[in-house]
Amino acid sequence: MNTAPISPIRLLIPQDVAALAVGAERVVKAITSHAAADGTAITITRTGSRGLFWLETLVEVETPAGRIAYGPVNPQDVPGLFNAGFLLGGAHPLRLGRMEDHPWLKGQTRLTFARCGIVDPLSLEDYEATGGYKGLRHALSIGPAAIVAAVTKSGLRGRGGAGFPTGVKWKTVADTKAPQKYIVCNADEGDSGTFADRMIMEGDPFCLIEGMSIAGIAVGATKGYIYSRSEYPHANRTMRAAIAEAYRTGRLGTDILGSGVTFDLELRVGAGAYVCGEETALLESLEGKRGQVRAKPPLPAHKGLFGQPTVINNLISLATVPVILAEGAAYYADFGMGRSRGTMPIQIAGNVRHGGLYETAFGVTLGEIVEGIGDGTATGRPVKAVQCGGPLGAYFPPMLFDTPYDYEAFAQRDGLIGHGGVVVFDDSVDMAAQARFAMEFCAIESCGKCTPCRIGSTRGAEVVEKIMAGREVDANLALLEDLCATMKFGSLCALGGFTPYPVLSAVRHYPEDFRRRHAAAAE
Amino acid sequence: MPNPSLRPTWDPFRAEAIIADHAQMPGALLPILHALQEEFGHVPEPAVPLLADALNLSRAEVHGVITFYHDFRHDPAGRHVVKLCRAEACQSMKGEHTASHLLRRLGIDWGGTTPDGSVTVEPVYCLGLCATAPAALVDGEPHGRLTPESLAGIVEEARRA
Ligand SMILES: Cc1cc2nc3c(=O)[nH]c(=O)nc-3n(C[C@H](O)[C@H](O)[C@H](O)COP(=O)(O)O)c2cc1C
Ligand code: SF4
Ligand code: FES
Repeated sequence: MNTAPISPIRLLIPQDVAALAVGAERVVKAITSHAAADGTAITITRTGSRGLFWLETLVEVETPAGRIAYGPVNPQDVPGLFNAGFLLGGAHPLRLGRMEDHPWLKGQTRLTFARCGIVDPLSLEDYEATGGYKGLRHALSIGPAAIVAAVTKSGLRGRGGAGFPTGVKWKTVADTKAPQKYIVCNADEGDSGTFADRMIMEGDPFCLIEGMSIAGIAVGATKGYIYSRSEYPHANRTMRAAIAEAYRTGRLGTDILGSGVTFDLELRVGAGAYVCGEETALLESLEGKRGQVRAKPPLPAHKGLFGQPTVINNLISLATVPVILAEGAAYYADFGMGRSRGTMPIQIAGNVRHGGLYETAFGVTLGEIVEGIGDGTATGRPVKAVQCGGPLGAYFPPMLFDTPYDYEAFAQRDGLIGHGGVVVFDDSVDMAAQARFAMEFCAIESCGKCTPCRIGSTRGAEVVEKIMAGREVDANLALLEDLCATMKFGSLCALGGFTPYPVLSAVRHYPEDFRRRHAAAAE
Repeated sequence: MPNPSLRPTWDPFRAEAIIADHAQMPGALLPILHALQEEFGHVPEPAVPLLADALNLSRAEVHGVITFYHDFRHDPAGRHVVKLCRAEACQSMKGEHTASHLLRRLGIDWGGTTPDGSVTVEPVYCLGLCATAPAALVDGEPHGRLTPESLAGIVEEARRA
């Protein structure tokens, strides 16, 4: 009998909430108890997700030949996996081999998501071993002006929706004198079909902390807030733990990395209001008020949180900064097309076979995303519509699948890249119902400041309802167009101003869904 | 999340302590409201004057903030809370169909609580589980790829627990 102590075999299993949602905890339990019964020593490291959600629960085993993955693993697969010797990388129908070689990951360019799903999210050792804090160290050595210049040169544009150049925003705040400035991370990821912010908070939270610290140095801000959502309790837990760990190890506080620079960071949580993702509503909410949109000017860069100059950026914008500083602006700007530089974490969701997070350079076509990368619908039926950019984004029919994923190309087709969400619908979807929902959602979430948004959306939902009932379809379609025009031009922010895009795109591309009942009613 | 059945009823001293704990934070109102709801399961009406006092606001202002945000409940919820996603990605996977099954089964509407006080069903708009849709949080735990049957099973299990 061999009594020599053997080091335990290490497994890596995601703790990402999407993995938990399909039973990761039960898989962990099954593996743990099976190993205990066998007397096999194992340790399980919980990671974020690599973002291939159809393969969750993904179980990776560390072997001399690298990390061998199995997935999707269900609890009932566990005995079979043990029998197949999966702890040594044994053959099994669920064996996927090394994830680095998996085509879905091989096709990606992971810059912002380089670590997500690979490291222990709360291990600073893992973080630094994979290039973490290289960007901040470089930032400290080059100083504020050079940091802003690098971010500008990288071509990074805001990933929250509007695509505004991040470096330009930072420069405005850097140039504004004030006793206190703030960095605010917009993690109020409310768009349906998006989960990139959430995955970073759960899978690589130090990357956000590093990015925000760099932003603080660049503009002279000593305090940061992350505004997250109450719908993300798991992400918030991990993010809070990471902040505590960063404080404990001198990576936040009065002397970050021994540089003498102060940067404090706090997580705040919203309360279920979509409009609080709008930057000025978010600032109001952070101040403890109703989340009502502020008129601009003044810009947050001049008068933001508590009246002070504030950088407010989407989480992905901020989490992309470390790699830009670590690898250089040119490295990042080399990816992409036209004025869309770098990479975008595209989030493929809804009725799709291969849903998940796909980070790639701008320029891939919508058709490649949906039919190629996403592999068509989950139900196996034809794709009918794809909503891009969240609830304020247009519905694209397959006819427009040649549209390249690029801010300008999407805008030319009345579309929106937004925060990178792509939601697929099969041919069973009723586009009139989707148009009605867009109006209803606007009515539910309106902050109430503008009449066209508040009242127009309620009217809009009623009008679509009438069209769906086949009542005076022509007159009501004309009325709907009018309402949309009023909302577009009479709204202070994009909630009221962009809701017409999903509505009108549905009318334009799927007229039959608005006329079907008309024909039926006339019979 | 504390076990809802063990939640204390209104306790002004506890509320005062929670408020005092946070009152010095800049923009303290939302964190306090979250903490009160965590403690009591909703934001009890008698907390309003306490908040107004502590934060130097009018009662109307406090009330205005509470009613603005969908999260804050005015009445206690059931012992189990199902937050069901109604946003587009979940719609694309028949989320509305799954939701209406559950509501019919429980005999309640959105936001309602079963007569025995065991389950409340609330709408949410996206849980970031859009690639494993339709999705819900049941007592804070995530569930994806729901069907009418699986959701009924999850809710029944929670109810029995
Ligand atoms: C109704 C509405 C909701 C928004 N929601 C978000 C959001 O959830 N996350 C986000 O980053 N930006 C959101 N935005 C955009 C923000 O107003 C703002 O442009 C962004 O935070 C700026 O950061 P960026 O330049 O890094 O993109 C929203 C805008 C509107 C009008
Ligand atoms: S458009 Fe709607 S959400 Fe935006 S400011 Fe006006 S009322 Fe508020
Ligand atoms: S749309 Fe339902 S979880 Fe995102």
